[in-house]
Amino acid sequence: MDFELSDEQKLLKDSVDRWAGDRYGALSQINASRLPPQGFSQAHWREMAELGLLGLPFSEADGGFGGGPVETMVTMEALGRSLAPEPYLASVVLGGGLLALAGNAEQRQGLLPRLAVGEVKLALAHGEAQARYDLEDVATSATPAGNGFRLEGRKTIVLNADAADFLIVSARTSGDRRDPDGISLFLVKADSPGVTISPYPTNDGGRAADVSFAAVDLPADSLLGNADQALPLIERVMGQAIAAVAAEAVGAMDALLALTVEHLKTRKQFGAPIGAFQSLQHRAVDMLTAVEQARSMTLYATMMAASENEGERRAALSSAKIQINRSARFVGQQAVQLHGGLGMTMEYLGAHYFRRLAMIEQSFGDTPHHLRLIASPEQSGIASIITAKTV
Amino acid sequence: MDLRFTPEETAFREEARRFFRTEIPAEIRAKVSEGRTLAREDYVTSQRILNAKGWAAPHWPQEHGGQPWSAVKRYIFMEELMLAAVPLPLQFNCFMVGPVIARFGSEAQKARFLPRAANLDDWWCQGFSEPGAGSDLASLATKAVRDGDHYVVDGQKTWTTLAHYADWIFCLVRTDPTAKKQAGISFLLIDMKSPGVTVRPIITIDGRHEVNEVFFDSVRVPVDNLVGAENKGWDYAKFLLSNERIGIARIGQSKERLARVKRLAAHTPAGAGTMWDDVEFRCRVASVEIELKALEITQMRVVAAQEKRAGGAPDPASSILKIKGSELAQATTELMLELAGPNALPANLSPSGRDHGLRNDFDEALNWADNAAPTYFNMRKVSIYGGSNEIQRNVIAKAILGL
Repeated sequence: MDFELSDEQKLLKDSVDRWAGDRYGALSQINASRLPPQGFSQAHWREMAELGLLGLPFSEADGGFGGGPVETMVTMEALGRSLAPEPYLASVVLGGGLLALAGNAEQRQGLLPRLAVGEVKLALAHGEAQARYDLEDVATSATPAGNGFRLEGRKTIVLNADAADFLIVSARTSGDRRDPDGISLFLVKADSPGVTISPYPTNDGGRAADVSFAAVDLPADSLLGNADQALPLIERVMGQAIAAVAAEAVGAMDALLALTVEHLKTRKQFGAPIGAFQSLQHRAVDMLTAVEQARSMTLYATMMAASENEGERRAALSSAKIQINRSARFVGQQAVQLHGGLGMTMEYLGAHYFRRLAMIEQSFGDTPHHLRLIASPEQSGIASIITAKTV
Repeated sequence: MDLRFTPEETAFREEARRFFRTEIPAEIRAKVSEGRTLAREDYVTSQRILNAKGWAAPHWPQEHGGQPWSAVKRYIFMEELMLAAVPLPLQFNCFMVGPVIARFGSEAQKARFLPRAANLDDWWCQGFSEPGAGSDLASLATKAVRDGDHYVVDGQKTWTTLAHYADWIFCLVRTDPTAKKQAGISFLLIDMKSPGVTVRPIITIDGRHEVNEVFFDSVRVPVDNLVGAENKGWDYAKFLLSNERIGIARIGQSKERLARVKRLAAHTPAGAGTMWDDVEFRCRVASVEIELKALEITQMRVVAAQEKRAGGAPDPASSILKIKGSELAQATTELMLELAGPNALPANLSPSGRDHGLRNDFDEALNWADNAAPTYFNMRKVSIYGGSNEIQRNVIAKAILGL
């Protein structure tokens, strides 16, 4: 049992923490990068490529650095702590992650090395308006046409789609809308004829888009992996995304708690720092407890995201997301409360953490969704003994 | 980073599991699991079995019978003990007075008291709290006045757990009334059979007799029974309270109770099926289970860190374990109460309990519902004793957050 980072992982942590702190230490820096058209800094994206972050989770054969879930955790925690708006989650964790899982050698080696050097960006177009969090609910269709496929349908809330050069699109190649079988993945050039990307800002300062596909013709080699068998891969990558946003949330909560404690020490009322008042001290302690519980479950999710035991993995990731959601809500709300009026303003950094934490809660399954999964009769409850493999 | 245990640790876990489940009598473990009152003999029987294996006080120094275990192994030991519903080795002997005597006692005290404490030949109780000294323990007023080779002790202790079973009491007493608070306190060992010692039961909200008041009326105590130096008792008390807090989160106990909730829910009729068919109930169970899993990992982080800084001060994070662990322990008793439903009402007057007419092919069905409410009532104590959760928050605010 060991919770320490390896020496290499510590080096990575030092460098990504330093980079993120330099680039996004202050709200003015964050706001300066969140500008149109794509809502992040291209220069910073190139720097992330130079630091090796964009190829981090991919195998060396695919042009990556062979990092694992722990490396992603370290990176996401730093990005969460700094509120960096670059599309790491969308392009590397989701897009690159799914391409690495589903693509054949040619497909992987055609794009992942270019992703790693910052030359192309990916996005995952999976969610649909009617699906909420149900991963198997896919109405978008791909039907055989000529030598390839014809894509028809509409995807919603595709993170950073407006920045992507390629979309990974899930589409039904057989079965009914909610069948677990019959979903396939396609690699689609974002500027293909018939693809319409309608972007918008999100409530955490990020970007997303609805993407419609009107008779988009795809060549046969755009199919990623086996036809009809994509759901388990989608589930895997969504699990990796849960572990990633868990780490991001821990970084954000850590930073928000530090801001709050600093405020309690410096803000004076009734002739004393408000942190001298016991009710506020106890609230801050409860925030700390919530952060530590979230950190523990992030470690758990990180270790378990790679588990081959499907039941155990699902239960662990749902449990982790629930803990993250609950901690994020408590820490976010209490931080705003303890900051008083200041916490209500966009001029204050803390408010931006609150917004991001609230949107993390809504992403990749909210609390009721994961509770239903955990409490479903097929899940006999969460695994009680940790059996995660070395990662 | 690796959450797995080593093969050696896993083998030890299996050894402990097998030992607890085959050597400790099943009737005793059933009483613990069902929240029934243990007789004095149950504690003694269980602890002597542990002691014969050298496991009554594994965290003591090795020369006094401790085991050379790592923090991880001590954690595994405690978890398996709780999961098997084995009574904890008597806390007052093994976790409180034992380590204090081992660290600060005279050679004569070590030889006289430690082997008997480990074997539960002497039953110890704790004389710290007083009617006027709870969270503000240092304001205690029980006084000990030197008279030749004796101290003469006058005063009152309260909340003295199982004093009615006890042979000895370790007390904080005021030996210098002129010194400020903490400075004038000494740590004294008093024979409960001494003339002038009176024990009065306090019946707690579960209707049971667990705690007592202990009165001292001119009790003569040999000065040989002073631990360490006069007026240094507060230091020893701090050592005692901060000592070895593995197990303070009660995770093993809470897991054991949750497993029981699930087992019983599948046999508890509700609507057209059982309570386990009720998705809302399952969600509530899952919510507690998730927080418990998080706390388990938090605890392992504390244990792993402890391993790295052997001999260091206790991690302030152990205060988090106490707060969250007690809250979750209480939550598990609330789930049990919810599961019992209206069957929580009848007080359990007979030792065997009352037949609720629940599915009689399930052997636990007979007793558990009667004990749901008393256990729920009783477990309200865990957020109060050992430094209330509010005091723990004060500690963290100061020590970790710097407020």
